[in-house]
Amino acid sequence: MDHLSVNHLLGIKYLNKKDIDIIFNTADNFKKIINQPIKKVPSLRDVTIANLFFENSTRTKLSFEIAEKRLSADIINFASAASSVKKGESLLDTVNNILAMKVDIVVMRHPNPGASIFLSRNINASIINAGDGTHEHPTQALLDAYSIRERFGQVASKKVVIIGDILHSRVALSNIFCLKMLGAKVAVCGPLTLIPKYLDDLGVSYFSDLKEALNWCDIANVLRIQLERQDVQLFPSLREYTNVYGINSTILESLTKEITIMHPGPINRGVELTSEVADSHHSLILDQVENGVAIRMAVLYLLSNKSNE
Amino acid sequence: MSNKRKILNKKQINIIIKRLCHELIENHNDFSDTVIVSLLPRGKHVARRIVNRLEQILEYKINYGELDISFYRDDLRRHSEPIIPHKMEMNVSVDEKHVVIIDDVLYTGRSVRSAIDALMPFGRPKSIELLVFVDRRLSRHLPIQPDYVGKIVDSIDSEKVVVNITNDGDDNILILKS
Repeated sequence: MDHLSVNHLLGIKYLNKKDIDIIFNTADNFKKIINQPIKKVPSLRDVTIANLFFENSTRTKLSFEIAEKRLSADIINFASAASSVKKGESLLDTVNNILAMKVDIVVMRHPNPGASIFLSRNINASIINAGDGTHEHPTQALLDAYSIRERFGQVASKKVVIIGDILHSRVALSNIFCLKMLGAKVAVCGPLTLIPKYLDDLGVSYFSDLKEALNWCDIANVLRIQLERQDVQLFPSLREYTNVYGINSTILESLTKEITIMHPGPINRGVELTSEVADSHHSLILDQVENGVAIRMAVLYLLSNKSNE
Repeated sequence: MSNKRKILNKKQINIIIKRLCHELIENHNDFSDTVIVSLLPRGKHVARRIVNRLEQILEYKINYGELDISFYRDDLRRHSEPIIPHKMEMNVSVDEKHVVIIDDVLYTGRSVRSAIDALMPFGRPKSIELLVFVDRRLSRHLPIQPDYVGKIVDSIDSEKVVVNITNDGDDNILILKS
């Protein structure tokens, strides 16, 4: 029978296409379960999961927590703001202390790229990366691709443009890996200062003009401007960004075809998307949130045995 | 070395399916309050055959669903790899209905136990019955007995009973010795 080729979910980079198919097919079952009157299954009732969030998160954390509860796992939550990390404890010490309490799976978000990889080499539990700095955010990419598959029947040959701050975005990088692996055509669009240097190596094309990009694509995945990750100012002002790269209904109506809008959240309404667009029939945003729970249930379920090894 | 022993051929299987259908009709009359649920992956072939046959006899549609029990199994984390679920087709409610669970082989009874759990989110059934094509009696781990049996087989633990019933092809039931 088919099984995941990995023991941890550190990034899309470490998965293969078959892994993604297994995750999607398993998520199909969980999607049915979360739409039943009884939304809970007993599958992980003997599993303990630690959610370690060294960086702020609302929806990812909630989504993981709901997924874990729907699978009947025991969970412990940790937020660095209220912990000994503030007292100078190292990441490894913090996590080893938590593992000494017999934890099977660790879901971690951390501001440093590669933190989850470091952890997976040093501790004996399955690690799920819930975002590591500007590196990867694999469950977000999986749920984005899953939402595309659900809306269009397949991901292969679809044209997806990722718009905004590509340089600082882990969502963009994971999405690029995931969509390319599934056979989609991927482009990015945004101010040149927010586009990484080595784009060609990823096999991704670039549009500087928003309208041109939207006319090319089937799906536009719009990212939030991450002011908190910018040490230097990379564009003149939010207002100017909105004027050049903000999506409103006027620009959508001027296109030659209907396109679908996605956004990983949280939305800065009136910056990258107007409210009108975010709440319109073009938007897949709430489907993404629902699918996020199904995808995270699938990942937790599929990795739950690996922590025994 | 493994060797096979055929215990039922296509003709015998057809006769048994016909008999099971009539037993079901005897107890469930017009099936208006009955839902047939097969267990994935292997119960569906037997169940589809029975449902087709029933629909031919009765000349109308019967409520039918295919249930995946992976998430409810008691051996989930005893394997080195997780059990990959099967595509479920449960577009029926079992609330206040008489349910007939169909599987190919009844062995330890653990799958049936999981199936009863897995059914509950789809409603509170009035009753649940069990139909199996092959009953490997003497090997039960739980107090579960079938209501309708195709064939009783006495076999030892090292043997495997394989029900080969598909949509078309050479149906048979084999005992594999290892």
